[in-house]
Amino acid sequence: MSFSDGQIWFIIFALGMGSFLLRFSFLGLVGGKSLPEWALRFLRYTPMAVIPGLVAPMVLWPAATQGHTDPARLAAALAAIIAGLWTRNVIAAVIVGLSTLYAMVYILG
Amino acid sequence: MSNQAVRRVFWGGFWASIPFIMVIVPFGMMFGLAGTEAGLSLVQIMGFTIIVIAGAAQFAALHLMLENAPIFIIILTALAVNLRMAMYSASLYPHLGRLNFWKKILVSYLILDQSYIASILQFEKSPQVSLGLKFAFFMGTVTPIWPFWYLGTYVGATVGAQIPPQYALDFVLPLAFLAMVAPTLRTRPQVAAALTSVVMSLLLIKLPYNSGLLVAALLAMLVGSYVEQKATARRIQKT
Repeated sequence: MSFSDGQIWFIIFALGMGSFLLRFSFLGLVGGKSLPEWALRFLRYTPMAVIPGLVAPMVLWPAATQGHTDPARLAAALAAIIAGLWTRNVIAAVIVGLSTLYAMVYILG
Repeated sequence: MSNQAVRRVFWGGFWASIPFIMVIVPFGMMFGLAGTEAGLSLVQIMGFTIIVIAGAAQFAALHLMLENAPIFIIILTALAVNLRMAMYSASLYPHLGRLNFWKKILVSYLILDQSYIASILQFEKSPQVSLGLKFAFFMGTVTPIWPFWYLGTYVGATVGAQIPPQYALDFVLPLAFLAMVAPTLRTRPQVAAALTSVVMSLLLIKLPYNSGLLVAALLAMLVGSYVEQKATARRIQKT
């Protein structure tokens, strides 16, 4: 890497500032006015709109296996989803997912 | 509002995000180690972790720094990776928008994938809870994450210890996210939004700067609210 210390610190502070402003963008709006109904309806779907899309590539093409689909990770993800839908319990879903992952890693070597 | 209630809600948030503790330490260690190997000093590595406090964006920046990319490309790419934070900010606004300025500064600094998801699911479940208790819950959710992110980075940078690959710790994070979202998929619009998000993010994976995820998320939010609106309209028609 051919950056000077000054340049590295510039990158760190610019990134820190930018990231903070992204996080503060809407929350920082003054007054806490209530949003119109259509905006609230749209925002209600943020968690299920962002997280599945964030996770899907990690499940199908994990970086740890150089992007090759891995049966252990795929099975663990499906098991966690099914357990989550079935039990409606986060901890149960984590435990089922992790157990499946380690059982599969162990079986497949 | 009694202190006791605040304390109880704080610990509720803490327990809601406890699964992330086993994720954040190895993730921080990976960044600490990667930073050391890239030739950054300990202070610079900790600077990244404390000032930027965004794992995926930090890795993206480090990767481009190793390739000697132009500085503005490094900054723009890493910020693009972080654009979803603006969506989280909008989504938290109806719940935490009335906090005072300094609390909003603190909350903004601590918006992370994990604290966001753990908090918003609780806020949506009981939206009528008071502002003070929502703030307490949010602070509870960041407590098992935020200090351990610093700690993991520090250990990775100084000890340079690596966790053996057969522990497959890379996969704890996706599993924790799936385990949190799956139980919340109850209604048809929620399922439609989640499926749209998965399909579109996979189709758009090749778009530059991680922008595929943002497009997929916006489409999924549109689909979710559209399906909800249609269902409501149908119900009104019937009655």
